Amino acid sequence: MADEKKYMTLSMGPQHPATHGVLRVILELDGEVVHKAIPVIGHLHRGVEKLGEARTYHQNIVFSDRLDYTSAMNNNLAYCLTVEKLCGIEVPDRAKVIRVIMAELSRIAAHLIWLATHALDIGAMTLYFYCFREREEILDMFELASGQRLTPSYIRIGGVMNDLPDGFIERLKKFVDNFDAHVDEYETLLTKNPIWIARTKGVGYISAEDAINWGITGPVLRGSGVKFDFRKATPYSGYENYEFDIPTGTHGDCYDRYLVRLEELRQSNRILKQALKMLPSGAVNADVPQLVFPEKEKVLTNIESLIMQFKLASGGFTVPKGEVYASVENAKGEFGYYIVSDGSSKPYRMRIKSSCFINLSALPFIVKGSMVADVVAVIGSIDIVLGEIDR
Amino acid sequence: MNSTEIFETIKSDCRNLLKDAFSGIDLSTFVIEPEHLIEFMKYIKNTPELSFDLITDITAVDYPNRTKRFELVYHIFSIKNSLRIRVKTNVEDGGSIESVTCIWKGAEWLEREVFDMFGVNFKNHPDLRRILMNEDYKYHPLKKEFPLQGYEES
Repeated sequence: MADEKKYMTLSMGPQHPATHGVLRVILELDGEVVHKAIPVIGHLHRGVEKLGEARTYHQNIVFSDRLDYTSAMNNNLAYCLTVEKLCGIEVPDRAKVIRVIMAELSRIAAHLIWLATHALDIGAMTLYFYCFREREEILDMFELASGQRLTPSYIRIGGVMNDLPDGFIERLKKFVDNFDAHVDEYETLLTKNPIWIARTKGVGYISAEDAINWGITGPVLRGSGVKFDFRKATPYSGYENYEFDIPTGTHGDCYDRYLVRLEELRQSNRILKQALKMLPSGAVNADVPQLVFPEKEKVLTNIESLIMQFKLASGGFTVPKGEVYASVENAKGEFGYYIVSDGSSKPYRMRIKSSCFINLSALPFIVKGSMVADVVAVIGSIDIVLGEIDR
Repeated sequence: MNSTEIFETIKSDCRNLLKDAFSGIDLSTFVIEPEHLIEFMKYIKNTPELSFDLITDITAVDYPNRTKRFELVYHIFSIKNSLRIRVKTNVEDGGSIESVTCIWKGAEWLEREVFDMFGVNFKNHPDLRRILMNEDYKYHPLKKEFPLQGYEES
């Protein structure tokens, strides 16, 4: 056809730094306006769901860390909640509170890395260093508790890996006391910054109705004005005992999503303060020896514990037949596991419900008709982690 | 409405569509024939007191010994009722089923993934292509006969 418009095709990524990993977006451009955006994913596909079918229930915990590697504790939690539901295990109160502490720290760390890189994409570099300063402190705390910074696998089936080590509480208290001031500090750099406002306000709009229709969850949904959070809607791990607000936006643009996440940082800190107050004493693991690893001390001194440790590590434990779906509100949205058990020691099917995967699927819809430079802002404000999208 | 009320409402309203309905360990589960899928999904989304408006997940489970070997599993959430349900249907190897993208746009990538991993075709899908594996890949990796280490170096 003679009057058919010619579009320029631009391939963004998968090595582009602003695509937060290995996302490739094929852009069809009409001048500087995006006519069509086609995300291409799968570059980081490791087949975690397939691998899960060949690994025991304990071994699968370590895969969960490597999905959304910015908020690993939340992934551990989602997986362990699913298996616990399947086995009908109740976790002790102390373990529940420790899990909430870790999940919220993880959320803060994930939001900080989002804020740092999102601002960096749009050209605000200073903030990057501030955010990483606090994130470093959180990762150090993770290392103290679990020995690992990025992939802690600290939350285990039936409880947590071990009790909080000496000095952890003091460190957390210090962090919690200072953190609100740090959030104010981030705000002074961005919230009223005219460049930041020009780059984010009115950019990447999605209405509440569309957001729900696209299955979007998490801060993106809340940025569009839907007051909805899985920690409130379907509480898990004792979230019903904490007081916190669900921040929402009104305009559904990048700026509102930014405000929502900043407020979530404060709310997470509020939850941490309450968790520190209510942390009960007691065991950190359910008393179910057939599926919870014995304490290291006992393994080294007691022959039965040593045998049990060997059995659990080599053969795993069997799980009753059935199917269960359980999810958590991670930093990006709803992250869940659907596990089908055939009664053996390995899952028959392990499905991972990724929040970023669905949130990203709306990208072509959100960026249609916007400028090329805004695509970077939108990708940043959706907050994606390719480890979780590609699985 | 609470979980039991919703379970009973759906059960009595959809008597003719349901093959089976039961309360699982975690969620109310409804089993339907593939030809009734769209009718049922439209009903649970558009009935105001149910309004299952948020698509959580679409996936499949492979049972190679069954004649209709793939069990498609839909998880759908109702923001209004803070409740999730599970809907199941069955489809044979290489078979096809109606796409639910006309009901929830968010189903688009989820169905593409089921197509990619299991080879289930979705009728009336706007853009049914592979999503995680590359376009010229020959296999469907989540089928049970696919070996863990794959067939070839790629």
